[in-house]
Amino acid sequence: MKHTIEIDGVEVAFSEGETILEVAQRHQKEIPTLCYDPRLEPFGGCRLCIVELEGARNPVASCTTQATPGMVVRTTTDTIEAYRKTLLEMVVSENREVDVPPLRGYAAGELADLRDRYAVNGTHITGAKSGTSKTEDDNPFILRDYELCISCYRCVRVCAEQEGDHAINVMNRGFHTQITTEFDGLLKDSACTFCGQCIQTCPTGALADKKALRAVDEVAHVIPDKTRTICPYCGVGCSVDILTKNEKIVGIHPAMDGPANQGALCVKGQFAYDFVQHPDRLKTPLVRGDDGELHEATWENALDKAAEGFRKVNAEHGRHSIYGIASGRAPSEAAYLMQKFIRVGFGSNYIDNCSRA
Amino acid sequence: MSNPLVDMQKPEVIFCIGTNMTECHPVAATGLKKAIAGGAKLIVADPRRIALAELSHLYLPLRVGSDTALLLGMAHVIAREGLIDEDFIENRTTGFDEFFEHISQWTPEWAETITGVPAKDIETAAMWYGSANKGAIYYTLGITEHICGVENVQSLCNLALMTGNVGREGTGINPMRGQNNIQGAGDSGALPNNYPGFQAVTDPEHQAKFKTEYGREIDLEKGITKVTALELCGDSIHAMLIDGENTLLSDPDREHCEHALRSLKHLVVIDIFLTETAELADVVLPATAWGETDGVCTNTERRVQRMRAAVPPAGEAKPDWWIICQIAQRLGFKGFDFDTPKPIFNELCRVSPIYAGLDWERIDKGEYQWPVPHKEHPGTPRLHEESFVNGRGIFSNVHYRDPAETISTEFPVWLTTGRRLQSYHTRTQTGRAQGIDYLLPEESLEVNPADLETWELTDGEWCKMSSARGSINIKVKATNRSPRGTVFASFSFADVPVNLLTGSGYDPITHTAELKVCPVRLEPL
Repeated sequence: MKHTIEIDGVEVAFSEGETILEVAQRHQKEIPTLCYDPRLEPFGGCRLCIVELEGARNPVASCTTQATPGMVVRTTTDTIEAYRKTLLEMVVSENREVDVPPLRGYAAGELADLRDRYAVNGTHITGAKSGTSKTEDDNPFILRDYELCISCYRCVRVCAEQEGDHAINVMNRGFHTQITTEFDGLLKDSACTFCGQCIQTCPTGALADKKALRAVDEVAHVIPDKTRTICPYCGVGCSVDILTKNEKIVGIHPAMDGPANQGALCVKGQFAYDFVQHPDRLKTPLVRGDDGELHEATWENALDKAAEGFRKVNAEHGRHSIYGIASGRAPSEAAYLMQKFIRVGFGSNYIDNCSRA
Repeated sequence: MSNPLVDMQKPEVIFCIGTNMTECHPVAATGLKKAIAGGAKLIVADPRRIALAELSHLYLPLRVGSDTALLLGMAHVIAREGLIDEDFIENRTTGFDEFFEHISQWTPEWAETITGVPAKDIETAAMWYGSANKGAIYYTLGITEHICGVENVQSLCNLALMTGNVGREGTGINPMRGQNNIQGAGDSGALPNNYPGFQAVTDPEHQAKFKTEYGREIDLEKGITKVTALELCGDSIHAMLIDGENTLLSDPDREHCEHALRSLKHLVVIDIFLTETAELADVVLPATAWGETDGVCTNTERRVQRMRAAVPPAGEAKPDWWIICQIAQRLGFKGFDFDTPKPIFNELCRVSPIYAGLDWERIDKGEYQWPVPHKEHPGTPRLHEESFVNGRGIFSNVHYRDPAETISTEFPVWLTTGRRLQSYHTRTQTGRAQGIDYLLPEESLEVNPADLETWELTDGEWCKMSSARGSINIKVKATNRSPRGTVFASFSFADVPVNLLTGSGYDPITHTAELKVCPVRLEPL
């Protein structure tokens, strides 16, 4: 049998195991979702991704329904769109606010975007609020502003499925649903490793990057500039986007398409970036003076001194008296030139890097 | 790593030895957790009951420094039980008959006497790994930072070769690299034995190539390692150029190291902070940091990726490559006329066969894992699929050796060292990141609760820890992560300089220090 289904009147191919949502997304159908993160198992909680399936009595959640040959699917009918708008009205009505600063997290604007797309004004339903913020958690990284929580469970699932840490779970039901940790305590007393994945998958900013929010006055609702690079720590080589505003690093987003990490990060890659603009940084060259102390110097002076010392030692003790150690943290261009400096300059192989310790 | 990171979700049996992956390579560890969730079995061999041990189906708590004995015992069982891959051995390896003979004497019962791991658990581990269609080995510095680091790695190779667990999805021998460009530093030729691209300096073909490339005669023999160079400081080594390494805190035997650097006539340090090492320099040159520097790095799975500058440099800081060029030009060296990193990386690609198919533009998205021998080549996520670079896989008839120092009445406790999740190396970076202190404000010595009484220690109080090289004061933390008779501390905190104590010995081939084993004495303060 042919592996095709019909989506909005067009016959399209699918592969074994693909869901209707995945097939539709490949064909540029913009089906709204809130509980969906492509890295996680389908959940079917928010029901926004419902579609009409010919032969089915009720609309089906496209994220949990696998494509089978011959399915006929309609993604955008008046009825479906009306359902979606009503669902969004209910979700929005539960929250204290919807417009949150983009610094809260990678996906923090998803609910606001859908509210705008469906022109939900928020006054139609005035139901109860849900979620209680955990203001007493004084950890420096993760804001737990559960008044914005919509119980999509993305944080619970990313912690379990992506990280394997199972630090976050759900307490109570209905309007009393509360995302929390074991014994309803602080994150630091739980299995949480502060990788920040819950922040980055949260579609409302209920879990938010406390550290990045320090720059909220500067950045406000402007999406900061992003620069793709590789994390400065271990050898896994996770791709990250550095968020900057006014020449200042204000935060880190994991790169969801990073070839080595597919969106995952750890506490160091996510939060330990501010050493770069720390006041302790060396800002000028230093040269040891006759008094035995290091003094600030011009580049010209310092480079002359550096070169002069090597020239002198070479002249006095020969080319095998000079040694170079390259960094495992600087880019390869530095390591390449360090070995070239020793080999071209002194004709020796007196060169190593810091991998032996 | 022989296999790509995505393969971590694929093995049936995973054997982790000497790797505290959930703390040191947390994102890689997520792959293993997914494999376990999918039904894979995890065997963990580590002296400490680390988080990975808690996730394991079989935990082998071996005595520090006894890895070779454990692995010989496992090889013995695999051979005895006929779990070898005869086709693979026949077609891809050499020396199995001698190896088979060699391991017949190293029974799991013998291994138990060395490692302290029950023979039946060694047998189970061997049976699981040996029976798996896809068995993968992961290791880190717990294997290499020993005087027998080479034998440890060879022992792992023996296991993979005899079971054919090489060159296929979800298999392989996978060392995890610890720094974001430590692989790239080696790739780039910053090694005493290799030109760029791991071209041996002793090979006449490479010698001729670089003589032409660099326009001068270069020594035909290997250079000395950093360890040897530090030993020779003041005798025959008189000047050093150190880029981005806090040698003083990261290397073993701090006093020896400080004495060495102080005895130099000329020390130039390039770094982003005034580190303990930079404080000893004659000239300190400020480098641009991560986030300020354009360049290339290579990760643990040999993936070549671009790093990009996002903010302007701090003060007058300059890229490392620019600084080296400026010194070289002042000395009249040829081939250092660079204004941007791109032509430097392209030169590295031109002279390195493993990078030959790459250039600055092609690595923009990080798709390539070396070797990439030519422009049409898709890269090599998995090594050794069809054959080994050097022909056939060689079995090594290794013998167990005791660590350089063993416990005695004077130093009756094993100290082993490592890293923690929240801090990195000597904390030049994480120590200056806001919030990290909340998670890990200070260093402490992990001691088994049952050992407190033996050494008259109190949980949360300070103690004096001494080795043959010196002593430090450190706060005691009682935890079952440490087995009885073994304690653990990281080397990250400058106020608890654990590397004052370490440095009992080095692997004679790699010159890697035995940082994982150091007999110590503990006394209350």
